[in-house]
Amino acid sequence: MSENTGLAKFVFGRLTWEAIPLHEPILLATFLAVVIGGLAVLALITYFRWWGTLWRDWITSIDHKRLGIMYVILGLVMLLRGFADAVMMRAQQAIAFGDSMGYLPPHHYDQIFTAHGVIMIFFVAMPLVVGLMNFVVPLQIGARDVAFPFLNNFSFWMTAFGAVLVMMSLFVGEFAKTGWLAYPPLSGIIASPDVGVDYYIWSLQVAGVGTLLTGINFIVTIVKMRAPGMDVMKMPIFTWTALCANVLIVAAFPVLTAVLALLSLDRYVGTNFFTNDLGGNPMMYVNLIWIWGHPEVYILILPAFGVFSEVVSTYCGKRLFGYASMVYATVVITILSYLVWLHHFFTMGSGASVNSFFGITTMIISIPTGAKIFNWLFTMYRGRIRYEPPMLWTIGFMVTFVIGGMTGVLTAVPPADFVLHNSLFLVAHFHNVIIGGVLFGLMAGITFWFPKAFGYRLDPFWGKCSFWFWCIGFYFAFMPLYALGLMGVTRRLSHFDDHALQIWFQIAAFGAFLIALGIASFLIQLVVSFVRRDSLRDTTGDPWGGRTLEWSTSSPPPAYNFAFTPIVHDADAWWDMKQRGYVRPRSGFVPIHMPKNTPAGLILALLSALCAFGLIWHMWPLAAGSFALLIVAAIVHTFNYDREYYLPADEVVRVEDARTRALAAHG
Amino acid sequence: MADLTATLSTGRAGEPPGLSFYVSGEYHPENGTLLGFWIYLMSDSLVFACLFATYGVLGHNYAGGPSGAEIFNLSLVAVNTSLLLLSSITYGFAVIAMTRKRVGATLAWLAVTGLLGCGFVGIELHEFANLIQEGNGPQRSAFLSSFFTLVGTHGLHVTFGIVWLVTLMWQVAKRGLIAANRRRLMCLSMFWHFLDVIWIGVFTFVYLMGTLA
Repeated sequence: MSENTGLAKFVFGRLTWEAIPLHEPILLATFLAVVIGGLAVLALITYFRWWGTLWRDWITSIDHKRLGIMYVILGLVMLLRGFADAVMMRAQQAIAFGDSMGYLPPHHYDQIFTAHGVIMIFFVAMPLVVGLMNFVVPLQIGARDVAFPFLNNFSFWMTAFGAVLVMMSLFVGEFAKTGWLAYPPLSGIIASPDVGVDYYIWSLQVAGVGTLLTGINFIVTIVKMRAPGMDVMKMPIFTWTALCANVLIVAAFPVLTAVLALLSLDRYVGTNFFTNDLGGNPMMYVNLIWIWGHPEVYILILPAFGVFSEVVSTYCGKRLFGYASMVYATVVITILSYLVWLHHFFTMGSGASVNSFFGITTMIISIPTGAKIFNWLFTMYRGRIRYEPPMLWTIGFMVTFVIGGMTGVLTAVPPADFVLHNSLFLVAHFHNVIIGGVLFGLMAGITFWFPKAFGYRLDPFWGKCSFWFWCIGFYFAFMPLYALGLMGVTRRLSHFDDHALQIWFQIAAFGAFLIALGIASFLIQLVVSFVRRDSLRDTTGDPWGGRTLEWSTSSPPPAYNFAFTPIVHDADAWWDMKQRGYVRPRSGFVPIHMPKNTPAGLILALLSALCAFGLIWHMWPLAAGSFALLIVAAIVHTFNYDREYYLPADEVVRVEDARTRALAAHG
Repeated sequence: MADLTATLSTGRAGEPPGLSFYVSGEYHPENGTLLGFWIYLMSDSLVFACLFATYGVLGHNYAGGPSGAEIFNLSLVAVNTSLLLLSSITYGFAVIAMTRKRVGATLAWLAVTGLLGCGFVGIELHEFANLIQEGNGPQRSAFLSSFFTLVGTHGLHVTFGIVWLVTLMWQVAKRGLIAANRRRLMCLSMFWHFLDVIWIGVFTFVYLMGTLA
């Protein structure tokens, strides 16, 4: 390792040419592919003269619908990266037996499993969940936008630049080799002196600010901006679950911020919070990070439950069974999610009483969750079920999630957990609930609301292909891990001696291959649907016979969402309006108050990412300079008082008349 | 809301006559800035909760180094505490002046508040410098790590509050007490009093209980 000296050290810190992995063929090829692909995209944008629209309509946009779409795109792009990591691990574990060491050296393998976990939770599941909430919640509550449109744009860019930092670690330096929660003392400065853990810390801190602000934004949006008449027990279930998820974000993410700050103090300043000497206590870190980590999984799953609720009632043509019990179950899960964190480390040795408490609270969570499953089943009972892809994802979820829930209750029993802790059984369990719950929910939600966002439906054939490959692939990929876990195989191993285990890993690798086909089918579905968009067109704005307010407006909705703010009389507001013969207003339009676009969010997030990069590489002038600029830019932004404008009534008339004509042509 | 009541009688096409499905005029939901800021404060208090918890767990791990009783200068901290509490009162006067729409008085009270805040931060820095000079820096033991982090995070918040306060004074001087500025002053007011509440916790749990034990 060569080191910088003198001025070079002052400016570049520990960044040297050796940080660029020119000697790693896999990384080099990936890097070249990214560069060529990136250049191709830039060339296309320039060729089609898209820069102006990209800047005006997307990058600086504070429209919640466009931000929602950008979040979903970010999540899908990162899904490809996270899944590539998964495939590499499955391939390694399928071949690395006995004399064969596989193709990944341990230091590379360790980065891959860390990056896989971090990316899938923070930069796939979170952006997809937040993206759906962004797009759907204001429409469902009859609002024009969120409470703080600028913060919404800023949140998106913070999340995006967090993802950029993680991706950068692939080509400049390396990522953490610690597992996705970076437990000390392994993540401490002695065991991990290089930049991997710093990339981990700062990418999550940058993205975490965005997530926290999203949480605040959506709580205020849902509390303050509901259409008149929509009291809390008339809120659509997805909005309810979004509210609870955002309460969890606000109550959990500060803990992550704090604990990562303490870890960085240990690494940068030399404090002794989580060290083994001078009074530090690594278990303090483990406790704190799981006080964030457990609510985090409910932040992801609650909105997925919301999606399933909307999908089931829509595709069964029935009011949701047990609306009130669904709300109470959601709230109970929200509260209980704070009382279970210790079940992630029963083996800490906190004693029988503490373990019993957390074991019992964990098991209690299965009661409201079970109530939800029965509510969905009873909604289907005697419904006219339409087996469109969102409904297939929902049924796949109900079967798969119940299995994952039962293995969860099993591991909630402390004595059983002592046997299963850190084994592949656990890996199988959380993939079972996250794929079978969160991912299936997100796929259902994306397919369900796609026509609302783009004005045409997704091709159902490829949607069904995607579902079946994902669903069957999941069982092939993770059921073997349950068996292996019960046999005592621990997680995060890059090599095995016992050849008898190999067949299980080969089956799991086959499952990963099927899931790859599922992802490919989804991408094909996007392309095919775009090509066939005229025959899949949704002119009515209500392609599925929807029940909530988002289906009352056009597809895609106008920038202002609703020409007139709706008045709500029922939980299924739009269904109620249709039943009572609602007539769409065609005149009397008034100017609409709208927020203005701004590049401030992008600039602030970019400066934050630069500061983080400086901190990662100990480039102190860069870090200090960009931090100072960040403060100045934030202050300058507060001097801009002119953030809103009136969309003239003429413009509203033009848009609404176009829709009137489209509806008339449709018949 | 006036629009809403008006449309309830003029609405269209419902079976029960008079049932309306939309607000025919403009509709403005309530401004949510104060609620949003309050929720932010709650999230910030969770950051402090983590630091308090860490201090609670690690605060007696002296690792052969000094304990709180040996290094805290309680009289200095008492001065510090009174400065901060006084600054909350002066901020209150600024808000009273604001509601009376007196720009000059508002700015004057804000300036006093800022100076008291600077005094607080100055004394804290002095205390930190002394400790570090005597070899009792944050690296010395887990107790000192958690002490410096808890107290220092509060100090950083006060520093940030002062930067914000100066910015706001500039904006009030430039644009007067318009609605946006009044809202911002109320947010900073909540922030400033919140820091007071946190400091009472720090003073009690760290300094008083650390010295008395």
